[in-house]
Amino acid sequence: MQAEPPLHGPDPEARSPDSRAPDAAAPDIPGSDMPAPGPPALDMSAADLPCSDPVLIAIPADPDAVRAVLRALFGTRPLCALSDDIRGTAELVLAEALNNIVEHAYAGQQGEISIRLSLCSGDLVCRIEDSGLPMPQGAPPVTDLTLHGDDGDLREGGFGWHLIRTLSRDLEYRRCGGRNLLSFRLDAGQ
Amino acid sequence: MEIVAEYRDRMLVALVQEDRIDAASAIRFKDRMREIVQTSGGGADEPVVLDLSRVGFLDSSGLGAVVAVRKMLGPDRRLELASLTPNVLKVFRLTRMDSIFTLHEAVPAGICPAAPGDAAPGDAGMRDAG
Repeated sequence: MQAEPPLHGPDPEARSPDSRAPDAAAPDIPGSDMPAPGPPALDMSAADLPCSDPVLIAIPADPDAVRAVLRALFGTRPLCALSDDIRGTAELVLAEALNNIVEHAYAGQQGEISIRLSLCSGDLVCRIEDSGLPMPQGAPPVTDLTLHGDDGDLREGGFGWHLIRTLSRDLEYRRCGGRNLLSFRLDAGQ
Repeated sequence: MEIVAEYRDRMLVALVQEDRIDAASAIRFKDRMREIVQTSGGGADEPVVLDLSRVGFLDSSGLGAVVAVRKMLGPDRRLELASLTPNVLKVFRLTRMDSIFTLHEAVPAGICPAAPGDAAPGDAGMRDAG
């Protein structure tokens, strides 16, 4: 068993905690933890797309860190240059994706979230990676917009994925090598 | 969570002084609103108006917290929202919560505690409003 909390049960392919990048550096992930040869599904090295201004950042999985990184990302270039409307949408979708990882993938346990953002052809391309629990159905939940729960009471939750799905494009999720890989595109209005 | 509340025109107006209601602050928001409602006195049927003019960001956790405050008030006391900024309004529209809440462009001058012709018992006796 690893020294870290058992987040998703024994996984023979899980890398040791020490091999994870401690901060925003782009980790040169060895192929040993990938189930198949070929490039990693979520290469954080920023060399795989012809896009400018890649931002690589890793944060601990807690709501204050999510808030802080959103403030930092959207308060500085290149994202601060987006229009208010587009920036607000992008910040909302990223907040939902990151907070979902904090609440459900890591479920209150410690962990790390890697974020890679790049501006490509008028899109903000977002890739988010974590080592928490997999999505329960192997995919992001398909949401409905029933405002009231089974008990007839007004719902207080479950709107996050609806917002992500409504506001993003090319949403993809994969479980690979004990990690969750989520990617999507947002309109950057360029 | 900094929220300033005052009685005005038979409404309890709560002004959120922070720029975010998000996953990091949703619980503090709910706790502070509960405290305000419990300690502010006033009539149990007088509406609460949440002034969101300073809130530039609200995520689904923040939305859930606003819904929770509405439930906390119970069926006889309304929660209405005022001065939503564009990004906050977008969340209410996309989740159709704009069909659940009454949204005001600005804090209204006064809200009738009950619909016309729907006389509330004891309505003649104004309690320490203002």
